[in-house]
Amino acid sequence: MSAEMNQDTIADVTKVDVTKAAVTKGAIKIDDVVKIYDPNGAAVMAVDHCSIDIPAGEICMIVGPSGCGKTTLLNAIAGFHDITSGSIHLDGELLCGPEKPQAEPGSDRIVVFQNGALFPWKTNLENVAFGPMMAGKLGKKEIYDKARAMMADAGLSGTENNYPGEVSSGLRRRVEIVRALMNDPKVLLFDEPYRALDSLTKSVMHEALLEIYYRNKVTIFFITHDLEEAIFLGHRLIIMSSRPCKPKKIVEVDIPHPRDYSVLTSQRFREIMGEAKGVVHEEAQKAFAAGEREG
Amino acid sequence: MSIVLDKPDTAGGERGPELSSLGLTMYRFSAWLKSPRPYLMLIGFAIVLGFWYLAVEVLQLPRFESMPGLTEVFREWFSKDPIYGLSIYTPEYYTHIGISLRRIAYAFLLATVLGVPLGLFLGWSKTFREFVFPLFEVLRPIPILAWVPLAIIMFSGSESPVIFLTFLASFFATTLNTMLGVESIDESYSRAASCLGASRWQVFKHVVIPGAMPYIFTGLQISIGVAWFSLVAGEMVSGQFGLGYLINTSYMMIEYPKIIIGMITLGIVGFATSAMVRAAGDYMMQWRVRELALVD
Repeated sequence: MSAEMNQDTIADVTKVDVTKAAVTKGAIKIDDVVKIYDPNGAAVMAVDHCSIDIPAGEICMIVGPSGCGKTTLLNAIAGFHDITSGSIHLDGELLCGPEKPQAEPGSDRIVVFQNGALFPWKTNLENVAFGPMMAGKLGKKEIYDKARAMMADAGLSGTENNYPGEVSSGLRRRVEIVRALMNDPKVLLFDEPYRALDSLTKSVMHEALLEIYYRNKVTIFFITHDLEEAIFLGHRLIIMSSRPCKPKKIVEVDIPHPRDYSVLTSQRFREIMGEAKGVVHEEAQKAFAAGEREG
Repeated sequence: MSIVLDKPDTAGGERGPELSSLGLTMYRFSAWLKSPRPYLMLIGFAIVLGFWYLAVEVLQLPRFESMPGLTEVFREWFSKDPIYGLSIYTPEYYTHIGISLRRIAYAFLLATVLGVPLGLFLGWSKTFREFVFPLFEVLRPIPILAWVPLAIIMFSGSESPVIFLTFLASFFATTLNTMLGVESIDESYSRAASCLGASRWQVFKHVVIPGAMPYIFTGLQISIGVAWFSLVAGEMVSGQFGLGYLINTSYMMIEYPKIIIGMITLGIVGFATSAMVRAAGDYMMQWRVRELALVD
């Protein structure tokens, strides 16, 4: 990508309002959530009295070492797992809590999976159209027209009739995000989606994700262990302690949006990095030591 | 458009996206012809046939001397006036093939129609599996030959016991592979589908069935193979006509070249039916064919 093109991109997005305040839906309130696996047996505590408030439209980065229980939290929001106690609300509505330990999965909260979960047996276009087709509220033609338009907006024209296995992994991720956005979700839940990508592809994907965010304004709950990724994308970093998982430090990233890759070399970026690095490293060491004991 | 960061058409591989399945097949066939593989295959055949010829007719090695020779078998097979009454010019030859094929078709179709849904439900519903699977696992290891007496007692006539035996082997292979196919599906796919608002039934239709498809077709490949195996076993014990029957009666009538003709015919027809199943699988799983074509 040329520097010139990058400039155009930035000029374009400044026309849209990128402040969080513009978004009115998608506030997540995680209140004193505990998750214990196998409470009658091994009783492994994955999440320990965790409370996080995410305002609507925030890009909230959950940072922590691998296996610390971040994904458990995401699964609870998505409705894949129950919680042991506590509650999670989305825009004031209860997702899961004392009377209802497991949330219903729904198209207001869509997960973008670690290894990607585009259906390999459906074309990219069929994948993007999947949510509305299942809902069955709109006609097929209408849905496919919208799907084509959204794919075109995300730079995916020409790949509609390819199967996911035929396009690059970077493009696959983009298709998956467009598939989620087709349903007009309140929240996108990312489970380390760029983990398997090389760092060059990653940087392209980060800017593309921000672009999509600036256009669509959803709340983003993004799990990662990559600090650079977290600071570049996020409004806020919630650094988690290693298992059981619990917020340890919150770092505000006051670098204004829209951002592009030049912020990576800025003074402020390095300062925030310095602030966060110590805490993350300490937790990583704890996780490593715990892992060694288990092994 | 501002978001295009890399061009999709370069990322889609060097092939255009609109290549038809026929075009793809032709492309692969011509690539195969250009590779050393077909010639290695011919050399393989030549070595085995050459050994047969030398061992039986030229060197007359011990144990091989009473076996029918290559030239004898092929002369008989392609003779307009065969000594033992069976060649590609006699209608009887095609009656045997036709009857075996018909039995295979009945048994294989029945096994598929019953085995695939059963396997899908076994993989999909834990409760159903707990009911059925232990029983299934006790019945499955029983060799097909052990079923022969029961099949003859249970079914009247000469046709239905053979079809039953053939069906049985196919059915177990198909069911088991279909079930494994459902279990092999990455949980992320069903989770993604339910995230996107799919009901349990929609998950079954859009994730479980297509996701299990590669295993189902592996199962059907095995199924058609074991179907031939048990068909021949069945035809040797009961039944009239068919390639197994041909081999067995030729042995008893001391018409040895016909044994070999029956065996080679079984090999060719069996290979053809396998290839048909494979082609059906490729047709139904274009996504997989295209993925594999990129890997090649």
